[in-house]
Amino acid sequence: MTSPTSAPVLRQAPAGDGWQRFSPAQRLTRFLVYLAIVAAIVQSLRHVEVIPEFLYDAPEQMVDLVTRMWPVEWAAYGEHVHAPLVETLHIASLGTLLAIVLALPVGVLAAHNLVPSTPLNLFAKLILVSSRSVNSLVWALLFVGIFGPGALAGTLAIAFRSIGFVGKLVGEALEEAQPGPIEALKASGAPWVSVLAFGYWPQVKPAFWSIALFRWDINVRESAVLGLVGAGGIGMALDSALNLFQWDRVALILAAILAIVIAAELVVTQVRKRVI
Amino acid sequence: MLTLKQLNKSYVPGKPVLVDIDLAIEARGITAIIGASGTGKSTLIRCVNRLVDPTSGQILFDGVDLARLSGRALRHARRHIGMVFQEYNLVERLSVMENLLCGRLGFVSPWRAWRRSFPSDDVRQAHELLEVVGLAGFARQRADALSGGQRQRVGIARAVMQKPKLLLADEPTSSLDPKTSVEIMELLAGVGRERGIPVLVNMHDVDLAKRFADRVVGMAGGRIVFDGPPDGLDDAELTRIYGGQGWLQ
Amino acid sequence: MTASDAAARGGGRDPSLAPSPWSRAIALALVAYVIYASAQMELSWDRFLVGLDNAQRFFGRLFPPNFERAELLWKGLKESLEIAVLASTLGILLALPVGLFAARNLMPPWVTWPARLVIVLARSFHPVIVAILFVKAVGFGALAGILALTVASIGFIGKLLTEAIEEISDKQVEAIRATGAPFTSVLAFGVVPQVFGRFIGFATYQLDSNLRNSTMVGIVGAGGIGGTLFAAFQRFDYDFVCAILIAIIALIMAGEILATAVRAIFIDNATLRDLFRRGALRRVRHAEDD
Repeated sequence: MTSPTSAPVLRQAPAGDGWQRFSPAQRLTRFLVYLAIVAAIVQSLRHVEVIPEFLYDAPEQMVDLVTRMWPVEWAAYGEHVHAPLVETLHIASLGTLLAIVLALPVGVLAAHNLVPSTPLNLFAKLILVSSRSVNSLVWALLFVGIFGPGALAGTLAIAFRSIGFVGKLVGEALEEAQPGPIEALKASGAPWVSVLAFGYWPQVKPAFWSIALFRWDINVRESAVLGLVGAGGIGMALDSALNLFQWDRVALILAAILAIVIAAELVVTQVRKRVI
Repeated sequence: MLTLKQLNKSYVPGKPVLVDIDLAIEARGITAIIGASGTGKSTLIRCVNRLVDPTSGQILFDGVDLARLSGRALRHARRHIGMVFQEYNLVERLSVMENLLCGRLGFVSPWRAWRRSFPSDDVRQAHELLEVVGLAGFARQRADALSGGQRQRVGIARAVMQKPKLLLADEPTSSLDPKTSVEIMELLAGVGRERGIPVLVNMHDVDLAKRFADRVVGMAGGRIVFDGPPDGLDDAELTRIYGGQGWLQ
Repeated sequence: MTASDAAARGGGRDPSLAPSPWSRAIALALVAYVIYASAQMELSWDRFLVGLDNAQRFFGRLFPPNFERAELLWKGLKESLEIAVLASTLGILLALPVGLFAARNLMPPWVTWPARLVIVLARSFHPVIVAILFVKAVGFGALAGILALTVASIGFIGKLLTEAIEEISDKQVEAIRATGAPFTSVLAFGVVPQVFGRFIGFATYQLDSNLRNSTMVGIVGAGGIGGTLFAAFQRFDYDFVCAILIAIIALIMAGEILATAVRAIFIDNATLRDLFRRGALRRVRHAEDD
């Protein structure tokens, strides 16, 4: 690291402006960041509660875990895993669609070149920031509290978490649209909605689809855990298998989750390659 | 100094780019390799310091066959061969000074390199070279803030920082405007002359070659078809090198 | 999209103006899917309305937030913070070699292949699921959370670092190689300057992401505020839940501000733009666009 004393040889260089990589102020700032990082690590190491006995026990527990997981209870798939797995996919897909529907108006509202009103832009951005700062598991907890356990809570949790993501990126894509075609449309006297449909939409369409696909991919992963707090899908099957210590079924569920996560990623890369 | 013997290179089997190249470079002067695009000039130059591995043949440099070296031995040989690139190949996000010091990396331990703690002799030499190439005061500038001509000056200074026994230049002026091209060639020729470093440069501009080279090597179809002083380049020879006639009028 | 009424009526429109059959088919398929999936999951408007009724009561019990158990709250937050700091440190340290080894332009296949496998494995599960496995292995508590988030960090940073390294300009590396520099010096002068800005970008992003997830792994017993939150939720202590949520959001926002500051320190203006240059997804508003 570049502390102020680490380059003594360089300082002896003649020719007036002897060479150093950073100015003193820059080096001081960086030094402070390094100091803060080290302090945070030391502080965390000293205070975090780690029970050494558990640590010594870990290899044994790992072996135990593997032997309990093997053989995987493949037979339980039809009865106990298939339906919640499909439900997870539904939660992810419906949640993403709902998020897009809800996020588009907010994204438009957040784009300053489309809605030239700073208070409205800020209001939209506030919605987007709150959506993003709450974890989807927390959204799920809230919706379970309101609608009771089940897929409805999960779908809404996915949707509300995704609004911020989709809306922010769509808003940014809109703000980066080339002004040329839009001026031309405005000059021809087109109404606002037509300017949106013919001036902006064609420009942001590729970005929009890639954002939607990307979010769907993330949502497939996230919807798999929502069931741990009761919001439907495969996570609920995982939760009950864990509570009953059915580790062979846990292994099956993990394999199923892995399969849909990989499948979703493959779908997204293929669609992206062909369409966008 | 440098002798190439029966050098062959084909990127795809059956499609040779270099065919039986025999070439000896003396310890002084500028040798220009000219030829149309795609005749293997660049491959030839890159074979010398093994940025491209020849398919067969010898590259004798100071009596050692570079074609047989690998690992540390190859690195040590490369330290004595400076190279100037067509697109400058500066590390864009490093300062001019750091780019110059890159020339010393083969001589400085990695540990000191990571800490940017170079011997003061190197830093002094770098400052001197910046003055030689007309960039005094640019030490702190980032390389991506420079113009094309300025970048190539840094590229030359970086190569000279190695205190090389041989300078290679791969189309050093092809990305530059005519005026800057002449300035860069003057600089390259001057540095070579003053420091007694032989320069092997490839270019497609015949006029520049005639003006600066002590010796011209013409290539066509992966072979050497002309080798002699620039005065010997008449229309007949140029037609042999570049083919066709119309462009000469 | 314009796959709508006029197209359905057919005729009366020049074929060159009709939407492509593909976009119409996709729109139809999406609508059909929404109806089918909603029916499958027994989502109905009635349930939604009943829920809205509940919502009033739910929010009534959520507010005002109850900060009486501030000590418990503070203990959980601190533990989450510790988990995030340690997991980020460990994750970044381990991701550096993994990411470097997985870069196909610098390493031979027998090195990249295992490194890539590590990255794929580390990325395939949600951190909360990884936490479940570590809770079984090392018991309840912060250590399981630290290990789970370390795995997530290796996957994320490793993947992005590999991509960043594979996208660097070969020419700059070639020039350094031509000087006879040893491999580690080539890294220091040819590779690091080209990826440093982006590395700081995603390392701070990961710190941010670890902070968010460290407040959640407690749900499965892996330490941090999440355990407190879930327990309060199950006891219907909704006013305490509200207090915890407010604290979590404050922590995450503070983390985001901190991450932005670190980025500003380590990346000067010119490279901040490079950081977001890749793809539509990582665009940032340019100052000059306003």
